[in-house]
Amino acid sequence: MTQLGLTDAVRDVIRRDLLVALRRRADALTTVVFFVIVTSLFPLGIGPEPAVLRMIAPGVLWVAALLSCLLSLGRLFTTDYVDGVLEQLVLVPQPLTVLVGAKVAAHWLISGLPIVLLAPVLGLQYGLGGDVLGVLTLSLLLGTPTLSLIGAIGAALTLGVRGSHVLIALLVLPLFIPVLIFGAGAVTSYIAGIGVEANLSLLGACLMLAVVLAPWATAAALRIALE
Amino acid sequence: MLDVVNLSCQRGERRLFSGLTLSVASGKLLAVSGENGSGKTSLLRMLCGLLPPEQGTIRWQGTPVGELGESYRGQFTYIGHLNGLKDDLTPLENLQFAARLAGVEATEAACREALQAVGLGPQIQRLPSGVLSQGQKRRSALARLWVSMRPLWILDEPFAALDDAATRSLTRRLEAHVKGGGIVVASTHQEIGVAPEFMQQARLAG
Repeated sequence: MTQLGLTDAVRDVIRRDLLVALRRRADALTTVVFFVIVTSLFPLGIGPEPAVLRMIAPGVLWVAALLSCLLSLGRLFTTDYVDGVLEQLVLVPQPLTVLVGAKVAAHWLISGLPIVLLAPVLGLQYGLGGDVLGVLTLSLLLGTPTLSLIGAIGAALTLGVRGSHVLIALLVLPLFIPVLIFGAGAVTSYIAGIGVEANLSLLGACLMLAVVLAPWATAAALRIALE
Repeated sequence: MLDVVNLSCQRGERRLFSGLTLSVASGKLLAVSGENGSGKTSLLRMLCGLLPPEQGTIRWQGTPVGELGESYRGQFTYIGHLNGLKDDLTPLENLQFAARLAGVEATEAACREALQAVGLGPQIQRLPSGVLSQGQKRRSALARLWVSMRPLWILDEPFAALDDAATRSLTRRLEAHVKGGGIVVASTHQEIGVAPEFMQQARLAG
């Protein structure tokens, strides 16, 4: 038997969560199906006017992505908390902040990445062209990990609390606002012929800030939840 | 050597214990007994750092565990009330992940052997843990002790839900661990069949 290090622990946390998600496909699919349905309802409800659809597309796609992320946050730590796996994770002789980061990465792979990949396809319903879809994908690629990281703080803070789903929404939705503004703003700017660099840079800055602060805050909240 | 000095615990408005001082030397099994709600689980959770003590110090090999940090977490195996198993994974997968996260590259053969030792045969090893009985889930969790190389084992009601055969198997494993110089701290409501020379008792009054 050989000793394993931090990299192995990170890989194992991600692998375990992906394997569980694979066995429990319905949970993972709920998020994706929700995103597809919400984004498909708007063109049906508003009508086929291309100019209107192009105008609302960035906001609709981004709000749908944000709500899909919110939908999946309740599962991030709850099952681990209930079955005792979280207790074991906290006792792993590795920095909890890094392990939390691994769990958030797994969450993004399960619920964020499918949204990033589906968004360009769903964007076609709104008459978005190739370049705009590229900007949309890039903005979601930068923004959805930030949503997962911020959401993890809310999920950890509300762990074990009755009605935690509502509480998570109340806690994290205000924090999602900058990501929504910069994400949707990047796509809107491109459609309007304005440069997208500022919005994408700010999205990147949000991601960097979240990568540094969110795992630390989440780990602290998890320790408190387990006391 | 595990030392507990003047430890106090309060949960809500209720003081569970105060001024608790004890010492467990290598090669000893400390059986912690007491009525329901007397603070056994809280004591064990304090020993592994899940619950901060209200007052007092816990020392491992003479150093306060707060100063040891992550290195202390590498010294013990904790099995609490909850089994720490994912229902969607098989006992084998659960054990492999638990061992690897504990920092040990346990081979599939070693994990299968551990599960066999707790009475979970090859067919049960392939089932999702969610379909196992409470006793089988407990055995699956306890199989971690068969792949653990850590000196200190902290076990909360390890015999709960076990049948006679599993109880005997676990008792033999605990005795082998303390005979090899390890330390076990276990909360229990029943007699542990380990030889008296390896045993230590502590009763929480509640």
